[in-house]
Amino acid sequence: MKKTIITVVALSIIGFANAQTPEQRGLDIAKAAEKADLGFNSSSVQLKMTLKNKNGQTSERSLTTRTLELTEDGDKSLIVFNSPKDVKGTSTLTFTHKVGSDDQWLYLPSIKRVKRISSNNKSGPFVGSEFAYEDLSSQEVEKYSYKFLEEKNGLLIVEQDPVDPKSGYTRRLVSYNKNKGYRIEKVEFYDRKNALLKTLTYSDYKLYKNKFWRASVFNMVNHQSNKETRLEFKDYNFDVNLTDDDFSQVALKRAGN
Amino acid sequence: MKILKSSYHIFIFLFLLTQFSSYAQEEDNTLVHEFELELEAEYRYFPNQGAFEGQKDHFPSIAIQPEYSLQWNDGYESINATGFFRLDQDDNRTHWDIRELYYQKAKNNWELSIGLKKIFWGVTESNHLVDIINQTDAVESFDGEDKLGQPMIQYTLSTNYGNFDIFYLPYHRKRVFPGEKGRLRFPLVIDEDAINYESSAKEWRQDFAIRWSHFFGAFDIGLSHFYGNGREPLFAFDTSGNINAFYPVINQTGLDLQVTHNAFLWKFESIYRSSEAQDFFALVAGLEYTFSNINGNGLDIGVLGEYLYDDRDELALNALQNDIFFGSRIALNDTQDTSILIGGIADLESSSKIFSIEGSRRLGNSWKVELEGRFFSNIDNSEFILSNFREDTFLRLSISKFF
Repeated sequence: MKKTIITVVALSIIGFANAQTPEQRGLDIAKAAEKADLGFNSSSVQLKMTLKNKNGQTSERSLTTRTLELTEDGDKSLIVFNSPKDVKGTSTLTFTHKVGSDDQWLYLPSIKRVKRISSNNKSGPFVGSEFAYEDLSSQEVEKYSYKFLEEKNGLLIVEQDPVDPKSGYTRRLVSYNKNKGYRIEKVEFYDRKNALLKTLTYSDYKLYKNKFWRASVFNMVNHQSNKETRLEFKDYNFDVNLTDDDFSQVALKRAGN
Repeated sequence: MKILKSSYHIFIFLFLLTQFSSYAQEEDNTLVHEFELELEAEYRYFPNQGAFEGQKDHFPSIAIQPEYSLQWNDGYESINATGFFRLDQDDNRTHWDIRELYYQKAKNNWELSIGLKKIFWGVTESNHLVDIINQTDAVESFDGEDKLGQPMIQYTLSTNYGNFDIFYLPYHRKRVFPGEKGRLRFPLVIDEDAINYESSAKEWRQDFAIRWSHFFGAFDIGLSHFYGNGREPLFAFDTSGNINAFYPVINQTGLDLQVTHNAFLWKFESIYRSSEAQDFFALVAGLEYTFSNINGNGLDIGVLGEYLYDDRDELALNALQNDIFFGSRIALNDTQDTSILIGGIADLESSSKIFSIEGSRRLGNSWKVELEGRFFSNIDNSEFILSNFREDTFLRLSISKFF
């Protein structure tokens, strides 16, 4: 009788452990990462983007990015180009949605025009870089389905399949660092033919407000074209206290002038 | 003399600006200055001999556009200035302007701008019907997208029910037309000083405009009303056959709507303009569809189609009464931002067609090259405006350096 109970208990423990499928665990990790980053409210950062072609020639852009955290729906962001000078002031405003397509506006300072643009083009390159629009949009948990693959040296490797059929990827392999607030160390992107397309490595992480990990460098390498794009972030500001009024079409025009 | 007169008006605004800025600077913390300069060399070539006496074929030209901005209070207060000067073969195209010079303050859900400013309204590509705040700089470009700085006080309020813009426009600016050597003109050179006003207050008529704009999901909508001196002069013949050109006092109500659904942009603009001399209705309706990232390397090809309708009689500065516009926008999304827009407008009631091509590409980090071509084809003799431009097919090449 005692033996049976022990067996039952043992079985149920195994059963409990098994009850968490790789899909469930993958989702849990993504949620844990999201939770670890909750509460930053708003931030602004200066960004230098260096594009390198396969011959090693480089060109640079500089941008300012402002982000407003929303919990009910996806984040809002405002990006302003400071260089190259012919596009200075060109700005985008994006309202990310957890479900459905994002709302996006473009401001063209030379003719002072705000244009609502389609957010359909997820897989296209952002300003000629190796970052696709979808790589730079707000990473909402709802945008992927998940599968935990393995744990290696404290890194949790999770496969993420984009929900949106317009994504340029079949899957991404994301390495979460569970000892550092589930920050992401590396993402590998597989194209529509399931061949390795790009690797994004995050480095020079800094901890802001004792809670929020932000990498100072994103390095994206395209294995198929041998091109590279490096993003360097500086002057992270988590005390900007931005509100919805700083993420409107009125604010978009103001930011681009 | 003309320059002196406009300088006087501009000084009044400068004075107002300094009053505001000196007040504003008392609560100043960090000032951010930015200065930029664009130098442009341009060459326009008209392969056909001009239809009228005195018109030239070759137009080398240079332009300079300095921009200065001063921001403080975390960017919520600023002074923005943009100047412009062009030197051209055509004396009337040699012109300068203060494109913008205004003080702006934003706080929570409102924004106030005082000074000369440029405002754009609308969604369509082939014609900008609802866009009425600024006078068109008609000598600068053929597409009408260059504007003269408009003196104004603009107050914007953002609410849950959309944005409300109120404009007080104390001064009207006349349109400048090409001179004797210039192309894209009428047989008679129009002297803008000879164009009068219906209003006895003339250019100092105090005008107003209001606009409400909002978005709901896929819909972006704007509703506007303008009451004041029209931006387009009316040309009328008196009983003895003389041309009488004047700026009428108009009421114009405009509606613009865009529906953004997947890769489709559905666009609609419509106006109703009324004045003592003329009432009319006009609309543009169309769509834009973009095939994006076609080659997996960033190539976007957009196709555009728009229908244009205008029911005004022929004595107006508009050639788009019942026309179809079709076009394609090609963007390489490469590091040089290479893009091309090709298009054509065809009159549904006659043989008249205008084709156009516009391309641009950045060279290095601080240069930009632009190519433009406008081709007038089978222009019908009965076209009141366009028939004058029959020989004015042209190519334009420009190279800009940004400092």
